[in-house]
Amino acid sequence: MLKSEYLLLVAGMGLVTYIPRWFPLFFLTRRPMALWLAEWLDLIPAAIFGALIFPDLFTTGEPLHLDFFQTKSLVAIPTFIFAWRTQSLGGTVILGMLLYWAANKFL
Amino acid sequence: MHSMGALSNGDGGISGASAREGFKAAWPICVGYFPTGLAFGVLAQQAGIHPLAVGLMSLVVFAGSSQFIAVSMLNSGAAVMSIVLTTFVVNLRHVLMSSSLAIHLRGLSRKFLIAFAFGVTDECFAVNTTRFRLGGWRSDQAILVNYISWFAWVGSTVLGGYAGEFIPKGSFGIDYALSALFLCLLAFQLHGSIYAVTAVIAGFLSLGLSFLISGNGYIVLASVVAATLGLILRKYFARRKTAHVEE
Repeated sequence: MLKSEYLLLVAGMGLVTYIPRWFPLFFLTRRPMALWLAEWLDLIPAAIFGALIFPDLFTTGEPLHLDFFQTKSLVAIPTFIFAWRTQSLGGTVILGMLLYWAANKFL
Repeated sequence: MHSMGALSNGDGGISGASAREGFKAAWPICVGYFPTGLAFGVLAQQAGIHPLAVGLMSLVVFAGSSQFIAVSMLNSGAAVMSIVLTTFVVNLRHVLMSSSLAIHLRGLSRKFLIAFAFGVTDECFAVNTTRFRLGGWRSDQAILVNYISWFAWVGSTVLGGYAGEFIPKGSFGIDYALSALFLCLLAFQLHGSIYAVTAVIAGFLSLGLSFLISGNGYIVLASVVAATLGLILRKYFARRKTAHVEE
């Protein structure tokens, strides 16, 4: 890929990533927020991480298909319990990697 | 109480103790970013992108999953415009995150918000939103978390670009770093049963929609629908509870 084309790509990606991150901060921090909106936004984090993790854990392959009992999803059970109990992000990442590595090696 | 005004307008004043708190909150993100960033650096380098060019992308874009997608699209010869459009769709979910963070960032200067917005990644969002909810978390600490994580992301992707060829594929469970990170970020959000129900609805919706919608648009759609259903459920049960009390 040409150098100038790559720079254009990076600039374009940067712009379309930045604007959605900035826009709500700019507008929603100025005026008072409706109660229903605040309550709705309160549920958004849980929804987003649910929406991010399920397809990651329960689909596989090319073409994509469902698989509820693959290494990824099985390792997720102890990893999630650990995360829930300890509330430790660093520990969870390390444990998850370790379990996944061990599961692929020994199972 | 510290002098809030001077500290929280983004002019750079931050005490040692609150900076330490910021670092403490950010290090797990760095632990999560490190293998992910390495993996990204390796992939990008294998796609023929110079390690410094890899670093430039991380520096300017700072959005892990869309960078992975961009590199794989580059590899398959996609046009600049279509990669940029895909990036836009993939990162649209940050609209929701910034909206949700806005509750905690009211009354701050425009300058601060401009600087803060850049670092609203999934991980920084999750850590900051958790801390804000616990209370006592300040905007200067939150922005510090963003920029420490940024530094770790740029550093690890460049390192991956240079050293990547020496790391065999799939070693040390690197592939699972991001999954584990997201699992923990999900665990952070479950403050009660309605949050868990919302997350599960979003999860299954997203799972189903991922087969129907290409790109990452299904994440936004599933999140919006699930949060709306969650809100309706919450209102419904709140009303039933007050009805019971009145009886």
